[in-house]
Amino acid sequence: MSTADVEAVWRIESARIVAALTRFTGDFGLAEDAAQEAVAEALVSWPLAAPANPAGWLMATARRRAIDAIRRRTALQDRYALLATDPVVDSAVEDAVDPDRIDDDVLALMFVSCHPVLSPEARVALTLRVVGGLSTQEIARAFLVPVPTVQARITRGKKTIAAAGVPFELPPAGERRERLGGVLSVLYVIFTEGSTATSGDRLLRPDVAYEAIRLARTLAALLPDEPEVHGLLALCELTAARFPARTGPDGSPVLLEDQDRRRWDFSAIRRGLAALGKASARGLGPYGLQAAIAAVHASAPSVEATDWDRIVVLYEALGRVAPAPVVELNRAVAVAMASGPGQALAIVDELIALDRLPGSHLVPTVRGELLARLGRRPEARAELELAARLCANQRERSVLLRKAAALR
Amino acid sequence: MSKYMLIMRGTDESNAAMMADIDHLMATTREFIEEMLKAGVLLAAEGLDEPRQGVVVDFSGEAPVVTDGPYGETKELFGGYFLLDVASKQEAVEWAKRVPAARGSKIEVRRVAGSDEVPQVDQ
Repeated sequence: MSTADVEAVWRIESARIVAALTRFTGDFGLAEDAAQEAVAEALVSWPLAAPANPAGWLMATARRRAIDAIRRRTALQDRYALLATDPVVDSAVEDAVDPDRIDDDVLALMFVSCHPVLSPEARVALTLRVVGGLSTQEIARAFLVPVPTVQARITRGKKTIAAAGVPFELPPAGERRERLGGVLSVLYVIFTEGSTATSGDRLLRPDVAYEAIRLARTLAALLPDEPEVHGLLALCELTAARFPARTGPDGSPVLLEDQDRRRWDFSAIRRGLAALGKASARGLGPYGLQAAIAAVHASAPSVEATDWDRIVVLYEALGRVAPAPVVELNRAVAVAMASGPGQALAIVDELIALDRLPGSHLVPTVRGELLARLGRRPEARAELELAARLCANQRERSVLLRKAAALR
Repeated sequence: MSKYMLIMRGTDESNAAMMADIDHLMATTREFIEEMLKAGVLLAAEGLDEPRQGVVVDFSGEAPVVTDGPYGETKELFGGYFLLDVASKQEAVEWAKRVPAARGSKIEVRRVAGSDEVPQVDQ
């Protein structure tokens, strides 16, 4: 078996193994370390002799490493005594995964990895590593940061969880909604990093977006009665459906109005619409509303034939449930399409007057577009040049400069 | 990240084994589907009706010729599929190994080509 074979098994098993071991030891950090040791051993031994049951091998080895670690910790003597007498330790490895409990354990693992005591970066890194089964190298590649940085985030994250005494459990009813929101926002951060890379020379990194979609599907399967989980999944599917048309052959961004809609992924659109249907069960939340907006685009044959009035209404609703300056900015774009650039410019100017999005390249980008449509070319050009200076993505920046140059 | 199709290929032997314990197979398949859903990898799964009910449209001649019945003489008939969205070919193979397949059957693992790899409909 090759390295890729080991990684493939790990991908499928990591969440279950770390979850079961955390339940078993009560120590998330220790469980994660033990699981990583097991993978490291697999990478050495499987190429020489492939186990008959790779998943079982990983679980058994991780379990042994966890017990070794506990033995080394004299401070945990009591728990060790408990484990040593636990008849389960020596029984079949499959017993480590309690089928009645494993789904809740995987969910608990997601809640721990996305716990509010962690820094946002640590939440992302831990979620991708323990729930998604990605290696440190893969996470570093996904977020364009050095490997030691990811390692440090994971190590610090595990220490933070231990220091804060974060219990391994589903959040109590009173905290559930907020904590679920925390998990969803981590998945959304991962998705947006793939759908609009914040830095680097590529606009899209579909592999990163894929990890978020995969995790959102897992969450939707584990929590089928949570509308916002389906809302986030719908948003991701519908946004990713446009990926094939969003970049040209040279990797430069293609704007919505110029996209060849025949290149959209129609099976992803169908999956997105199905998820949106489930999200609509009891009124849409912030993710569901964003998905509903994406669905309007996905169902429109062209920019001109898009139901912009509906999009304006959806942005208004989104502004009520999740007020944010970027929502206002998007509402301005929709208003421009539905009712003309003049009205939209007033919304943007109000955002600027209140300094709601300082330093963002999006405000001057939109303002520049609106001014261009109003025929105020010199002002439009100055705004687009400002946007280019503020934009960190090279691909987007060159589009802005091209537009600015066209206004000369 | 790619889509892969696990193409189920049954033989007379595997079809007989499958029918002998169809309830068990249905139950284990349901569990397997559930597991793939929870892993976030399953996009679609369907099984085909029996080959005898099929129709073959043959384009060997000038005009298509339609015949009733199973396709050719092949011993490994396409009986159903799982469509997966996975990180690698190895992961698709790992899932294929876990399919509760009847003894004697085979699974062909094929990558689904991206839209940029095949001629567009309008070209």
